[in-house]
Parts: sequence; C-alpha cells; structure tokens
Amino acid sequence: MEVDGGRILKVSSGAQSIPRHSRKHKAFYQFTQQSLPACKPVLTPAWVITTFLLMGVIFIPIGLITLHASENVVEIVDRYDTECVPEAFRSNKVAYIKDNSIPKNCSRYLKVYKHMKAPINIYYQLDNYFQNHRRYVKSKNDRQLLHGLGYNDTGSCKPEESNNGLPIVPCGLIAWSLFNDTYTLIRGRSELKVNRKNIAWKSDRDHKFGKSVYPFNFQNGTLMGGGKLHPRIPLSDQEDLIVWMRTAALPSFRKLYGRIEEDLNADDVVVVNVTNNYNTYSFGGKKKLILSTTGWLGGKNNFLGLACTSVGSSSIFISIVFLLLHMKNPRIL
Amino acid sequence: MRSGGRKRRLHFSKIYSFTCGRASLKEEHSQIGGPGFSRVVFCNEPDSFEAGIRNYADNYVSTTKYTLATFLPKSLFEQFRRVANFFFLVTGVLAFTPLAPYSAVSAIIPLIIIISATMVKEAIEDWRRKQQDIEVNNRKVKVHKGSGNFDYTEWKNLRVGDIVRVEKNEFFPTDLLLLSSSYEDAICYVETMNLDGETNLKLKQALEVTSPLQEDTSISNFHAMVKCEDPNANLYSFVGTMEFEKQQYPLSPQQLLLRDSKLRNTDYIYGVVIFTGVDTKVIQNSTPPPSKRSRVEKKMDQIIYVLFGVLFTLASVGSIFFGITTKDDINNGIMKRWYLKPDSSEIFYDPKRAPVAAIYHFLTALMLYNYLIPISLYVSIEIVKVLQSVFINQDIQMYYEEADKPAHARTSNLNEELGQVDTILSDKTGTLTCNSMEFIKCSVAGTAYGRGFTEVERSMGRRNGSPIHEAVTGGNDDTAPVKGFNFKDERIMNGNWVDEPHGDLIQKFFRLLAVCHTAIPEVDEVTGKVMYEAESPDEAAFVIAARELGFEFYKRTQTSISVRELDRTSGKKVDRLYTLLNVLEFNSSRKRMSVIVRNEEGKVLLLCKGADNVMFERLAKNGREFEEETKEHLNGYADAGLRTLILAYRELQEDEYREFNAKFIKAKNSISADRETLIDEVTDNVEKDLILLGATAVEDKLQNGVPDCIDKLAQAGIKIWVLTGDKMETAINIGFACSLLRQGMKQVMINLESPEIKVLEKEGDKDAITKASRARVLHQITKGKAQLTASSGGSEAYALIIDGKSLAYALEDDIKSLFLELAMGCASVICCRSSPKQKALVTRLVKSGTGKTTLAIGDGANDVGMLQEADIGIGISGVEGMQAVMSSDIAIAQFQYLERLLLVHGHWCYRRISSMICYFFYKNITFGLTIFLYEASASFSGQPAYNDWFLALYNVFFSSLPVVAMGVFDQDVSARFCLKFPLIYQEGVQNVLFSWRRIIGWMLNGLTSAVIIFFFCMKALQPYAFNQDGKTAGKDILGATMYTCIVWVVNLQMALAISYFTLIQHLFIWGSIAFWYIFMLAYGAMSPTFSTNAYKVFVETLAPAPSFWLITLLVPISALLPYFTYSSLWMRFFPLYHEMIQWIRYEGRSNDPEFCDMVRQRSLRPTTVGFTARLAARTNIIRR
Repeated sequence: MEVDGGRILKVSSGAQSIPRHSRKHKAFYQFTQQSLPACKPVLTPAWVITTFLLMGVIFIPIGLITLHASENVVEIVDRYDTECVPEAFRSNKVAYIKDNSIPKNCSRYLKVYKHMKAPINIYYQLDNYFQNHRRYVKSKNDRQLLHGLGYNDTGSCKPEESNNGLPIVPCGLIAWSLFNDTYTLIRGRSELKVNRKNIAWKSDRDHKFGKSVYPFNFQNGTLMGGGKLHPRIPLSDQEDLIVWMRTAALPSFRKLYGRIEEDLNADDVVVVNVTNNYNTYSFGGKKKLILSTTGWLGGKNNFLGLACTSVGSSSIFISIVFLLLHMKNPRIL
Repeated sequence: MRSGGRKRRLHFSKIYSFTCGRASLKEEHSQIGGPGFSRVVFCNEPDSFEAGIRNYADNYVSTTKYTLATFLPKSLFEQFRRVANFFFLVTGVLAFTPLAPYSAVSAIIPLIIIISATMVKEAIEDWRRKQQDIEVNNRKVKVHKGSGNFDYTEWKNLRVGDIVRVEKNEFFPTDLLLLSSSYEDAICYVETMNLDGETNLKLKQALEVTSPLQEDTSISNFHAMVKCEDPNANLYSFVGTMEFEKQQYPLSPQQLLLRDSKLRNTDYIYGVVIFTGVDTKVIQNSTPPPSKRSRVEKKMDQIIYVLFGVLFTLASVGSIFFGITTKDDINNGIMKRWYLKPDSSEIFYDPKRAPVAAIYHFLTALMLYNYLIPISLYVSIEIVKVLQSVFINQDIQMYYEEADKPAHARTSNLNEELGQVDTILSDKTGTLTCNSMEFIKCSVAGTAYGRGFTEVERSMGRRNGSPIHEAVTGGNDDTAPVKGFNFKDERIMNGNWVDEPHGDLIQKFFRLLAVCHTAIPEVDEVTGKVMYEAESPDEAAFVIAARELGFEFYKRTQTSISVRELDRTSGKKVDRLYTLLNVLEFNSSRKRMSVIVRNEEGKVLLLCKGADNVMFERLAKNGREFEEETKEHLNGYADAGLRTLILAYRELQEDEYREFNAKFIKAKNSISADRETLIDEVTDNVEKDLILLGATAVEDKLQNGVPDCIDKLAQAGIKIWVLTGDKMETAINIGFACSLLRQGMKQVMINLESPEIKVLEKEGDKDAITKASRARVLHQITKGKAQLTASSGGSEAYALIIDGKSLAYALEDDIKSLFLELAMGCASVICCRSSPKQKALVTRLVKSGTGKTTLAIGDGANDVGMLQEADIGIGISGVEGMQAVMSSDIAIAQFQYLERLLLVHGHWCYRRISSMICYFFYKNITFGLTIFLYEASASFSGQPAYNDWFLALYNVFFSSLPVVAMGVFDQDVSARFCLKFPLIYQEGVQNVLFSWRRIIGWMLNGLTSAVIIFFFCMKALQPYAFNQDGKTAGKDILGATMYTCIVWVVNLQMALAISYFTLIQHLFIWGSIAFWYIFMLAYGAMSPTFSTNAYKVFVETLAPAPSFWLITLLVPISALLPYFTYSSLWMRFFPLYHEMIQWIRYEGRSNDPEFCDMVRQRSLRPTTVGFTARLAARTNIIRR
C-alpha cells in the first residue's frame, strides 16, 4: 500500500544524491511530480470554532467602537423643500420655483440639541436626484475644465456645449445644473461665518480645474439651469462647482456646502436663511440642510458599527451552535 | 546485406495465391489518357521538358494547420467561431459607438489579450507540427542522379519520375512504381500497418520486363513512360500502363508501393516516383481525427448559454425600466428630470421615442453586463489543460524505463474526462498481455507435455492459497532462456522423444511445426544460429519450438523448405528437403493455414494447423483417435490461459493433388469479384479428412502489474469490459488471471453452443441457423436479466461473457438495448472472438446507450476503430507498432499506468477543471451583479459603477492567475491517497463536483457575495460624510471601494475553496490582491485625462480614510461568511468522499486499517461494481 510513497522516496533520494544543484534540482523534481511541500488546511471543528470566535472577538469591539464614534457625531437634519414654498403654491410648486418674480427667501430655525464642536460641516442633501445618470455623468469635458476655451472638442457636453454659436465654459449638463440654494446662518444676533473654502478635494482643484480658466457664456441660454458662476473667478477656485461636479454615486446624496468654524452650544437656535432657488419639485426630489460634526470615521453613520457587531455576534452564535452540534455528534466519519 | 541476398532469390509468386505479373490489359486500361487518367510520368527523366510542363506537386508534405500567410485570418476565424468570443467581438465593435457605457479601448484590450494568448498557443502548436514535418521531409533516400550513381537526397526534393532505391526497413518516401527488388522475381514484402492497420506483410511484384534491373548501373539507361490515373484516395486501386521499349504493359496495384508503408524482408527495391506529396494515396486518404470534446466542456457551454440567458434577462429588465423612466421624463410637456434636459436629447435618451431608446439601451446593457460571461474562461482552460498535460507527460511513475517511453498526452482536450470514466473497454493482446508468445505446452497423440507453469496458473494458485512450487523444473534452468520458448519436459527434449510411445507422431507433430508456416529463416553468419522473421509472434514461437526440439528449419527457397532433423532410427541429424507445392494462407474466416509439400519419399502431404472449432470438424473418421484426450488437454490449456492450435495432417494422392492444384490455380487466376470465395471453396475441399496430431499451447504473457491495476480500477467502481479475439475459455482465464473475474462472481454466459444449433449447422440451412441463433441469444439475455433483477439489492456481482457470434446478434438493433441493460448490470464483461468492427460497435453501444464516459485502451491496429469511437482512446505504445498510438488521445507504455492516469491524474484534472469553471462563474457573477445592482440605483441608465479600466482588467489581472494556479496545481487529496482510496474516483463518474446543484450553488454564492458587497458598501458610504474632513463619497470612491472589496472577496474565496497551498498558490492569491493596490497607485498617478475619476483615488481619498479600511475588513468577511459557514458545516457533518479522506489524513489515521477500511467501504451510492474487489481488499487487510 505504501509502495507508492516508497517509490517517490527512492527517486527523490536519487535526485538528492546529485551534489551541487541538488536543492534546485529537487525543487524542480517536486514541481514536475506535483509533490511540492504544501500546506493542506482542513476545516476541523477546532479551527472552525476558533475562527468564528476570533471573528466575534474582533468584530464586536470594532463595532462598538465604531458605533460609539458615530454616536458622538452630532447631526441636525432639516428638510426644507416643502416648508419653504408658500402655502399658496403648495399645489403647484413647480410654477413657484420657475417664477423668478417671487422672492425665494425662507427662514428655518434649527435647535442644537447637543454641543457641537467646530468645525461643523454644512451639507445640502438631494434625494431622488440622479447625478449618476449616464447622460448626465458624461456631459462634461475634462480637458475644457483644465485648459479652458482653447479646447474646442466639446461634443460630450451636448446639449450644453454652445450657445448663440459661442462655446460655453464650463460646458455640459453637470455644470449647467449647478446647485444654487444658498444658506446664511445666524445665531442670536450675529451671523455665523461659513467658510466655503477647502470643501473640494485638493487633487480636483489642482489638476482637474484650470487656474486660468474662467467661466464664459455660462447660463446665458433661454433655459436657465442652476446656479451662475462669477465670471472673474477661475474654475479652480469655484469650489462649490468642483464639489458639484464630483458626481454622486447614488440618487440620494449629500454635498459639502461649507464649514462653521465655531462651536455651537446645546439649545442654541440657529436661524438659516435659505434662498430656495433649486428646482427639485418637478421630479419629486427632496432638499435637506444638514449641520454635522465629524468623528474619526466620518459622519453619523451607524451602519458600519451595527454591521460589525452583528457579524461579530452572529459569528459567536454560529461557533456555539457548531460546538453544540459537534459535542452531540462526536464521531466525524 | 547484399551478401545474404542470394538465399532470398526465391520465386514466391509460384506459391502465393495472387495474380502478380499476370495482369492483362483490362477494360479500365482503355481509359488511360482520358479524363481522370491523365497522369504521365517519364521514368528517370524528372528534368525533361515534358515532365517540366506537367508541373506535378513536389514531395513536401505539410500537416500544419496554418501557413505564414493564412495564420492570421484563419486562426482569427477559428477564434470567433466560439459563441462567447463572437459575442465579445460584437460588443467590442459596439463599444466604438456612442452606445458604449465605457471607453472602446478598455473594452477591446482584454479581448485582444485573450485572443492573442490563444493565437500564440495555436502558433506554438502549429510550430511543433511544422518541426515534425521538417523531420519527415528531410528524411534521406537514395535517388538516381544519372549514369548509375545513386546518392542520398531529402524526401522533399523527390520529383515525379525519379528512380529511388529503398533499403530494408525504410519507409517509402512517395508512391512508387516497383521496378525490381533484391529477389529475382522482383517481389518485395511491404508492411502497410500505417495505412490499414494490418500487421501481416503484403507481397508486391514488379513487371517481369523491369525485374532484371537489379544493379545501380542497369538503372542508368532505363527509360519508360508511365501513363496512369490521377491522384485519388483509393488505396486498393491503381490503373496505368508502362511504355517500355515500344511495348505497352498494364500496371496494377500490385506494382504500386504506397508512401508510409515499410519495406520488410527485402534487401532493397528500385522504384519510380509516381505520386508525390499531396498526390500520394495516403495523404489523399488522411482525414483529420475525430475531434473530441469533454463532457465537462459541453456542460460548460450549456452554462454559458444559461448565463447568456441571465444576461439577456437582466439587460431586458434594465431596458424596460430605463424605457419607463425615460418616457416619464417629459410628462405633458413638463420636464421632470430637467437637469437631464430631456427635451433636447439624442435618440438614446429621448423620452418622445422611449421605445427606441429602450432598444438602444438594451445593447448598452448587454455591453455593460457582459462581465457575467467570463471572457478569459476558454483561454484559461486551454492554458490549464496544456499545463496539465505537461504534468501527465512528466510523471515519472508513468515512465517506462525499459523502452524509454513516458506517458504522452497527444491531446489536452480530454484531461478532465479521464476523471469521469465509467467503462473501460480494453483489448487483451498486447494491452493486458505482452504479446510475446512463449511455446509452453503441447499435447501430442493424447499425451500432454510441458511442465512449465503459466502466470495464470501461478495467480490461480495464489488465489486458492496453494502457491505452486516450481522445483520440478529447477533442473536445467542454467541454460539461457530462449525468447519465445518456455517449454520444459525432459521426456521429449534433447532428442528423448524417440523413446516415447508415439514417437512417430511426435516426429510428425514437430515436423509440421517446422514446415507449415510462412516464416523466413535468417542465418547468423557468425554463430550459425538461425533466427526467424515471421508474420506473427505465434508463428515465430512455433518455429522456434521446433528448432529447440530438434527440427531446425534453416532454409527456404522458392519451392522448398529445408529442415535439419533427428532421424528416428539412426539418431543422427539429417537434412531433409520438403518441396513446397502450395501455401493455403491464414485468414480470419478460415482460421487455419495449410501447406502442401512433397517430402523426400515423394509423398504429397497436406499439413494444417488451425483453431480447434474449425479443425475438429475437418478430422477424418480414422483421424480422431486422440480426439477426446486432446480436447481434454485443450480445455486444460484454456484454463491456464493459453492460446491453442490444433495440428493435423493428411496424405494426398497424386491425382487428387493434381485435380486440386488445377482448380486452385484456376481460382487464383480468376479475376471476378468472388475470387476469394472460389479459393475458399477449393481449399475447403482439400482441407478435410485430416488426421489429428495434437495441440500446441502458447502463453500470451500478462503485462506487469495488470491484475493489481484492474483490481484498483474495479475498486474505483469502473466497469471493465475486455474485447478480445481469443476464444472464450482463454478469455475467461485471462479474466481470472488479471482479477477481472473473481470466484464470488456469477457468470452469465452467452454463446451459441447448443445442440439444436449444431444440428442446424450440420444441415447448413443459413436462415434457420440465424433464426435459431437469434432466438437463443435473446433467450440467454432475458434469462441473465431475470437473474440480475432477482438478486438486485443483493451484494452479488455478475460477469457477462459473450462470444463473437452471439455478439453479432446481440448488437442487432432490436436486441442491443436489452443486451446493454444486462451488460451494465454486470461488473465485468468479456466479449470473446470479437472482430475490430465489433469492438468499435460495442464501444459505440456503450457510449451512446449509457451516455456515460467510455475509455478504450488498445495497442494494435485492430483497436483503432474502438479508440476513435470511445470518448477517450488510450494507446499502448508497445510492440505492435504505432497505429493505435497515432489514433489515440493519450499514449502510455504499460497498461498498469492506467491506474495512475485515471485515479490520480484523471481525478485531479476533473476536480481542477470543474472547480475552476465553477469558480470562474462565481467570480464573474459576483462582479457582474454588483454592476447590475448599481444600475438599479442609477435609473438603469447604463452608467458603470467602476472606472473603465477597472472593468476591463478584472478578468485579466485581478482574478485570473489564482484560478489558473488552481486549475494546474490544486490537489484535494495527494496521489498516495487517490490510489489508497480508489472510490474517490466515483466523484468524477457521478459528476458530483460538476453537477447542476453544485454549479447553481456556486452561482448563488456569487449572488450572495454581490448583494452583500453592494449593500454593505452603499450603506456604509452613502450619503454621510466619509472621512474626518467631512467630505462625502462620490461615485469614484464608492466604485473603488466596492472594487477593492470584490478583489478581496474573490481571491479569499479562492483561498477558502482550495485546501492545497504551495508557494505558487500563495504567490498568486496574495499577489493578485497586492497587484490591485499597486495598480490603483500606478493608475491614479497618471494624468487625470487618462485616469479620469480614478486620479489619486487611493493616495488622496481612500488610504487616509479609516472607514475605507474598516469596510475592506468587514465586507469581504461578511461576504464569505455564508460560504464559510456552509462549507464548515458540510465538511464536519456531511463530508464528501474527498473530504473524508482529508479527515483521515488530518487526523493521522491513514495507517489505521479498520478506520481506512470503513471509509473505503462507504460508497457514494450502492454499486455492485467493484464491490467484490473492495470486499476482497477488506478481507486482505484484516487478515494481514
């Protein structure tokens, strides 16, 4: 029965007897004979139970830490799209938003329920807004954003590539539909200073949007899209555009609007003066304003923590079930 | 060589029954010059003007598939004939249109990589063929260079009209017209095995007018013109005329020497080149071997079609939703999603033409979801299989040192099929046995001689517990053994036969052996020893036996046979000369051969040897003196697994002979179609009233290790059928010897040996015989089946033994399914007396009737049909030439290597390929479904979640190397355990590892992984801030994170699925993951115009964010948790067979016999096949 092994041994010892290259030779021999030294793990009960326990031991603490990090984040969410439409227009919000003659100002009162440590990020959140639609995503021109007017091949920007025979900078649907609600925050009597710098990724500012590219012929069409751009400020400094143009992955997304660089105390009331310009009414979207601090993990997101703890606890549960089954049925084969 | 020529100057034409040299101008010769008969050859004048204008093909033969010019178009065409590849080509082309969801370059580059990898493989294979061609084309042959000088030239340089000189044992370089040979009557022997697979030598004879051209110098002035038929594929026809010295001579196939046949027993011949290169009959005849595809691959195709179905479903679902949402964008003139500007949209998104947009979108979706179809699957499998074959070829344990022959996988298509063989159909002679015959026993005048023991007797002795002691023959063992002779009996050796009671009959017996044959003696001039060249090893054994016992045949002339024999009365050696009158040749229907000789006393003797069933009925009434004893001995010999022949003789009266001879010559010279029948009738009439002399017994030695190998294969649950030409008793005994039949088995015999049929045969009413035979066969089959069903569920194993005649009826359409049912219920089946055609038919019956994998193994040309018919043909590169090897899929040197080939390599390859395919589908479904899920949240607009190059390189770089490594190196259990627990092989036979259940299981695993990856990543990243800086995650971050998770999941899944890690696996698995990070770095460092949204994605955004690392820890583990839980539960509580063996190995209990035995007995399903083998294995272990 062991003849086979014996034969291998004999041959390989023959291979060993060659003095010099013996190791290399042996390795090659083992390779061709498919008998390389190998690790052959078997899912033994000990291994399985240990692995599951280990996973539990790792994931439950991680989950709890993550949950804790997320719990420490203070987040105030305020949906204002409906409230900011006057009662009279509630039945036809689209008409309201399209009518430029009606003032769009609106005030929201946010109560800070817990102390918020600076910096406090201000986000706007849009729901049911398909920034990831293929037509939308493609509708920009990276070269034009970087090199400006000199770059003419703007076919991908259609239908927002030119107006009155002149090219548009920045071209395309994304830029055209720039979000243009604005927020002014007032605490008590004083206005809270909102820092709108450094809200975009540095690589975008430095390498994707040109320092000497200025908006041109933008939003001059018959049909206005979203926000306008200051024609004297280069694109690399128009950070709200840069943020907007880094398209969101899912139809419900938040984008950074700016930061408040002072703490907000519990029970402070922040008045937000919103100019409600952006049309989300025609497609039934929502608009939200969010004030949020961050933890080491980012925003107030319990999901990761919950997922970790549940994976960890289910691992432990499985290991216990497995152990019990194993004890009940000690014989393997 | 030339000096020995003189003894050969024989006129065999006189004694052989062919019509050489007598061809007359027949009707067909009148067609010469007409259409189809236009070829003109100017002998010896290849350079002449007339030869030049005809411009016949040169002798360069090419077997390559491609040339330099055709390689590109032809191989591309071959590639795109595959549905999957064609699909990718179409999507690649579509990628250049605005429909494409990704950039065209990124879509086309993987396809180019895949296609060029396959093409490189094709090119290498073709290059190998080219090398072989070069070898053949550069073989040297002597050709006439003018004025009687012959010089060597390469085969490829031969031209039509050249005169060549071919020496003994050389192949003919082209189709030649025989001019003359070293024999005076210009005959030569030709071996045509490469053409028709027949091993016996054929005789060819030149025209009488050219036969004097026996010297190089005489050729120089030879000029003739040959007109003949155009090149065609008919091997047995040739029509032409030769104009020589103003005379027309008709030419027939008798003068044509075909390329690839071999000159034998003739020193040299001269011939004119008639057909060259592609015009030769053998090339005209060559058909590509049937291409075989493995079952796994066929099923893989089905899965691909299923996936195509899934793909089309997903694409249509997507398109429908897309159509609906697009149509909804403008409602009563009001734009809903105004930011998409639906009013000024191109057709692909136009709400006013939403149905058209949806149809266009369908194409986009097809392109996007085509990641469900693994593009690199085919090429990976091909690479893997080639490497697997390299391992098969390299296996030192399948290397036959004596003949320097390793195993040789001639095709790599069937590796995994080797692991699924259900039935082995084996030839016997040369496959199970060595095909070296040894004369071992004989029975003369009712007395049995010969004290040697056969392998079979020894093994039977071992089995019955009484090992045979060979002390009896110990006496004269010091003499060197003579090849082909293993006879030991002091009663008749060394001349002692003179004193035996029937000395005269013994003398006649051995004299017959010395005279009745067609062998040619070759006297070694140094030692004076006589060697023989014979048509078959049996015949050689007889002549050698006669020589060893004192009847030395030493000279054959055209009309005589000279034998040096012991004179009974004087006790001295005398030379006796027998005048050879006629040779009545052996053929398979006659099953006998005779010679008619006149001895020195002037008596005409007919000496005949043949198979028992034809010989006994030809005995004279007064010739049956020893019939009973001889029959008894015959049965004994058959029991010992020996091949027997009956020897008999008869004296012919002078006038009786004359009458016969006249009829015989007339029959031979007749040219009608029934010439053979006429000859048979004439010979039939003279070969009767014979007087029985006795019987010979020749041992056909079993090859090394055959019984053990068969035992293992039976334990593995493989059914083994032996298809042999031998008689039933011999076959049964070989069956016992090689443990195919066991004592515990019930034998079901099917034969036509019933008294009624015998009576009918005597009467000769053919219809009645057929009817009775069919009825009997049917009856026996039904009876056997009844027996089988009665004992079903019991542990009894059955063996079916059927003979050739019954087989002919059993294979008839209405009975064959019944026969198959019976045969499939039996553990072993032996078909005796079966012809090559029947072998192929049986193979087809098994293959198509059961739908299971069949493997045919054989070594001879008579097995070619069987080898090509079976799913896998294994050739034994043994002694019987290369014909079987050339038509086989895998060649091994010894039958015993089959054990390792199937149980180890077959099992591994099956497991590797099936796991590999499952895994391939898994990884692509995982990837493809995340894209689909993302689509669902991007209103099915066709926007991929990932960067173009991430998409493109997934199949090529980040997930393919580990799976290739698995396909090449993975081992579930080591070779030693494969052999120790042969039942593991049933996993392949029952297709456990590639069942739909398993495939769908893997697909569901892919689905689970995709869902977990997508939702976890989505929930973890959106819409909240993603890092401490408060930035949120865009499409770029979600895509890169999901992709990272996928790379981890599919590679870790691989690590979980295999249980064999060498350095190579580690390198590939961890290397692939590491490569992804390197790629992200490198790609992210490129300029943003190229890297687009992947610019600095790792350095700037992902790497500094703890949540990214937490997600890549959490998501892969959660995605693998279901699989890990499932497999650890199943491994622990419901292990598959290979997992049980892993347990045994792991727990170090492999040497605990009782424990191993328990596993060994645990069958995957109740199977009677191999049950007794396993039982025996158990009892042996316990006894030990």
